[in-house]
Parts: sequence; structure tokens; C-alpha cells
Amino acid sequence: MPPVIQVSSVRKTYGRTVAVAEASFEVNQGEIFGLIGPNGAGKTTTMECIEGLRKPDSGSIAVLGLDPYRQVYKLQDRIGVQLQQAQLQKRIKVWEAIDLWASLYSKKPADAERLLLQLGLTDKRNTWFMNLSGGQKQRLFIALALINDPEVVFLDELTTGLDPQARRAIWDLVRDIRDRGKTVFLTTHLMEEAERLCDRVAIMEHGRIIDIDTPVALIARHCPERTVVLSTSGPTDPTPFRAIPNVESVESMRNTITIRGQGDDLVTAVITCLSENRIRVTDFRAILPNLEDVFIKLTGRSIRE
Amino acid sequence: MLHGLAKLTWIEIKVFLREPMGAFGTIGIPVLLYVILGRVLGSKPPSNSFAASGYSAVHLPVLVAIFISINTVLSIVTIISIYREGGILKRLRATPLRPQTILSAHVIVKLLLTAATLALMFLAGKRYSASDAPLHLLSFTLALLISTLSILSIGFLIASIVPTARFAQPIGAVILYPLVGISGLFVPLTMFPPALQAVARFNPFNYAVSLLQGIWIGDTWFAHTGDLAALALVFVVCTALSARVFRWE
Repeated sequence: MPPVIQVSSVRKTYGRTVAVAEASFEVNQGEIFGLIGPNGAGKTTTMECIEGLRKPDSGSIAVLGLDPYRQVYKLQDRIGVQLQQAQLQKRIKVWEAIDLWASLYSKKPADAERLLLQLGLTDKRNTWFMNLSGGQKQRLFIALALINDPEVVFLDELTTGLDPQARRAIWDLVRDIRDRGKTVFLTTHLMEEAERLCDRVAIMEHGRIIDIDTPVALIARHCPERTVVLSTSGPTDPTPFRAIPNVESVESMRNTITIRGQGDDLVTAVITCLSENRIRVTDFRAILPNLEDVFIKLTGRSIRE
Repeated sequence: MLHGLAKLTWIEIKVFLREPMGAFGTIGIPVLLYVILGRVLGSKPPSNSFAASGYSAVHLPVLVAIFISINTVLSIVTIISIYREGGILKRLRATPLRPQTILSAHVIVKLLLTAATLALMFLAGKRYSASDAPLHLLSFTLALLISTLSILSIGFLIASIVPTARFAQPIGAVILYPLVGISGLFVPLTMFPPALQAVARFNPFNYAVSLLQGIWIGDTWFAHTGDLAALALVFVVCTALSARVFRWE
């Protein structure tokens, strides 16, 4: 099956600012693909080129076999879009927006009532847009992106401004879309979101894609370090831990031992060592690197900087 | 896309009417102005030289009609720039809606509003109108709609280039009001110095005023072919220009 989205060597500049320097990647059908990176990395520009809202300076893009810029209306009919920092008419009611959007697409619209219910907007249906909270506006935009039961859904910073509870509800909704065979393309600067939600992520910085893979594979490739922190009830000899393969350092401070090493087997090896030496522990923590660590490793800076 | 246009237009009308000052400012003020001015000018005995010139009877509807038109145009300049600044235009564009559909909806809303205001004006100030013939009023309404459409295209051009929504209204006013000032609405063009008369030939309001005054005093449409052609030219040129420079975000 050909990829749903094909981006090759896309470049986009605004005057002297290079927004997207050279981006190439593919998104397959039925996956949640995340473009991650700090603010200003070029995520939104890349996404808007794919949606046909901007014309890249060079390079080529195909979405569902269409040229997004030349065939933008054909494409828009088949995709759903949630933009970052969008607004609606101040005094448009929630149901009016849903009703308008439902009328714009050639396909039979999705079940609006169910969508409102899933997004917790049912009792806001007669509320003006201007009177919605930030989170409610965001959820309305997600509803508008899904109203045409699109084949590909684009979500730009989808959970920005949402509380943790709403964020989780949206994640479930996005997984639900994927499970129905649709493709989801999203951007986020929240590493936790990318790690929990995305099947594959592309890390972007300064307009370039640095690496693409599943979150697990990215972490294994770039951050194989593992740390185990043990607490014991009394002083313990740290020597046995030093003998474990791939252990790089063992620190002992009061009743706490910190073991650093490489590879997935480290944690198992520490547990085996504990049982062989009959060491009683009162606490045991394995600290695994996450996407944030991968990002710091690859770019030398935190994503929030 | 006709379905989308109808739906969007209907929503824009509802949204506009929900605005507390919107309906009053756009519809109420011109009607009020007409009634008040009609009372002041129209009730004075003919011995007053101003009224004796026939100025009030002939020109008051034209004066208020132009005011309605400017009101409409300024309001579209403001709305378009607010929609752009807020990302509403961009959000509407990320759908199968054609750009021209989005903008047409606003034009239709504004033209409907113009017609409604004019109708209310005639109703409220029946006795100040020189004519009660429905056909005549209909012709006048049509003349105003044609003039407004032409001036709306100037509004779109202004909306295309104003930097922020905050400046939209003042910039629009600064451009449009002087044009009205030298349009022959207040002072006949023949009384202008020759240089200004030459400039006025390029003033779209000149042709709008000439058309409206002519239709009001009962001229045939045929007598104003030149005005109609000039207004059409303004529309075509401004629309083509704004199509090139219009910014969606």
C-alpha cells in the first residue's frame, strides 16, 4: 500500500527565515504519526504545506495521491484539519458551527451528536463561541476536524490548553480514530503526548527532521542508559553490582545505591544480583530515558527552552 | 458550493444581528439620521434659501443612501480584518470552501443589510420622500446596491492592505470620507476649481452620487450608462487588485 502522505525534500522560507530546510518522510495508513520539536522548529509550516494551505518553495508532497496545493479542494474534502490558534465568529453557536462544517463536505457527515458527546460539548451546543473556555474551543475545533469522517486527520498542538483529564479523553479519541483505520498526523511539543500516543514520531529542529522511528526504537537507539536506584535498611556493600555486565558506575550514599549502565538487560541483571546476594531492599526504582532525553541528546537542549 | 454559500451567509447574518451595537449602528443610525434631517430640513418654509433650492427634497435620500453605503463598506473592512487577525478566515479556508464563496457571503450580507436599511428609511420617513411610487423606490434601491457593490470592492482593497484590525476602521474612514467630500454630494462639482474637478473624475463616489441623484429625480437608467460603466470599472479593477494582494492571515 502506498504511503498516505509522502513528503520529499520540502523547503519553505519566509524572507530570510528558513522555516523548513529539508524535510522528507512518509506517513502510512492507519498510524498516528507525530511531528515533535520545540516551538519554532517548523512543525506547523510543514503541516500547513501538507494540508495545502501553503506552497512549499521546493520539494514535493503527495497526500492520498493528490498534490495538496494544486488539488486543495479535492484534498480538503477528504481530510480533517485542526489549526493552531484558530478562532471562529465570536457569536456563532456550537451547533451552528458543527452544522455549517457538516454541510461543506461531499461525504455524509459523521454523527454530530456522538461527536459532541465524546468531546463533552453536548450541553454547550447553544453556547456562543466567545463564551467557551479555552479547552472547550479546542474540543470544538477537534469536532470540526472530525465532522466529515476524514481519511486523514491533521491535529496541530491538539491538547494545548487542555487539563490533564481532557487531554487523556482526547488521546482516547485519537486512538479511536486510528483504530477505525484512519491516519492521524499530529504535532506536539509535549514529549509525554508523543510517547504515549504516537506510533511513530519524527523529531524536528530548525526546519530539519533529525530522526524518525517508533518512540521505543528512538529511545533504544539514542538513549540506551538505564539507572536503578536501590534503598536498603542498613549499609550494603556495593561491590557485587560492579560485576554486572554493562554497568558503568555504582554510587553508594548512606543507604541508597545508584547503578548506571547500558541496555535493556540491566534491570534484570540487578534483580538477579540482589537475589543471589540476598540483599533486602526497601525501595527499588528503575529510571528509563524518555523522548525528552532523546531530544536533549540529539539537539543538546531541552524542548522547553 | 451554493449550499455552503447559503449556509455561511445565513450564519453571518445571525452572527451580525447578535452583535449588540451592530444592528443599531448599521441600520438604526442611518434611519434616525434620515428622520431627524428630514424633520429639520423638510419642515422649514420655502423662504429659507437652502430648502428653496430644493436641496433637501432632492438630496436628503441620496445623502443618507451614501451614508448607508459607507457604513456598510466600513463594516466589511472591519469584519474582514477581524476575521483575518483572529484566524477565522484561515479556519474557513481549511475546508472545501472556495475563497470567493467565503468573501461572497460577506458581500451578500452587506448588500442585504443595505437594502433593508434603505427600506426602513423609506418606511420611517415616508413624508420626506419626494416620491411614493414603489417602482421608483425599487430603482433607487437598485442604484444604491450597484453603487455599494462597487464601493465594497474598494473596501476589500483596503481590507487587503490594512495591517491590523485596530486600524481598519480609521484607515477606511480616512480614505472614504474625503472621497465623499469631493463627490458632488454637498457641493456641485461645477463649483470646484478645475484642478479638483479633474481629480474628481477619478472618484468612484462621483459616479455613485450622480447615479443616485439622477435615479432619484426620475432619470432613466439609460441616461446614466456612463456612471454605471465607471462603477463597473471600479469594481473590476479593485476586485482584480484585491485578488492579487489579499492576505488570508
